[in-house]
Amino acid sequence: MSVGGDIFSLQRSWPARFDFLDEIRTFVGQAAERAGFSEQAVYAIQMATDEACSNVIEHAYRGESGNIEIRVDWDGLQLTITLQDTARYSFDMKKIAQPDVNAPLSKRKAGGLGIYLMKKLMDEVQYLPSPQGNTLILRKRKEKAV
Amino acid sequence: MEVNVKEYKHCVLVTIQGRVDSATAPKLNEVFEDLLNRGRFKIVVDMSNVEYMSSAGFRVLLSAQRACRRYHRGEVVLALVPPRVLEALELAGFTKIFRRFDNLLDAIGYF
Repeated sequence: MSVGGDIFSLQRSWPARFDFLDEIRTFVGQAAERAGFSEQAVYAIQMATDEACSNVIEHAYRGESGNIEIRVDWDGLQLTITLQDTARYSFDMKKIAQPDVNAPLSKRKAGGLGIYLMKKLMDEVQYLPSPQGNTLILRKRKEKAV
Repeated sequence: MEVNVKEYKHCVLVTIQGRVDSATAPKLNEVFEDLLNRGRFKIVVDMSNVEYMSSAGFRVLLSAQRACRRYHRGEVVLALVPPRVLEALELAGFTKIFRRFDNLLDAIGYF
């Protein structure tokens, strides 16, 4: 059987706190490795998930306690990471200004960088707010073998 | 994450080890704040042992660079940036903001 040929789904929940980011990155990293992604893509998936979770903790929970549920689905072609929270606040990604990554130092703004990177690192980012909380879906397709 | 500081006459060498994320970035920021408060504005960051850095770490570097470059009193330069971290810095457009060196001697000698 070829590496990454088996389909799988994994699900786990963590407290919405920054000190669990390390564990969350390990979780999605191991899933991406199991799916057969390159080291570069594994890093990208870990970073995008970290940026997504950091945003949930900072902008959706805003210091309130809660959980982030993460589901990873590998269908043989793409990895889908679904983050679900029950936070009171939503964060409309469209309203967060996109940083100008070509701006000189004096005009560089620090905000919005996490979301910008998340979109750059993944093939698709989908945000679904609801009264029960936010759902964020990150997708990355397997790169073709060289 | 571990941060070590070695002070030379002309510059300061900040060595970061491990993973910089939203949990650990505040500690890195404290190190830079302390240096800036003591008037140390010429800083070499040894990135060779950075396993991971998220945008939280990038923001710390950006704010330190802004403070150091003010009044042309200094600069933050990066040495030995690992490939994965460099790719993310490039995506963020940070490679234009930081001078980079492939070895520590050149980085320290720059100041």
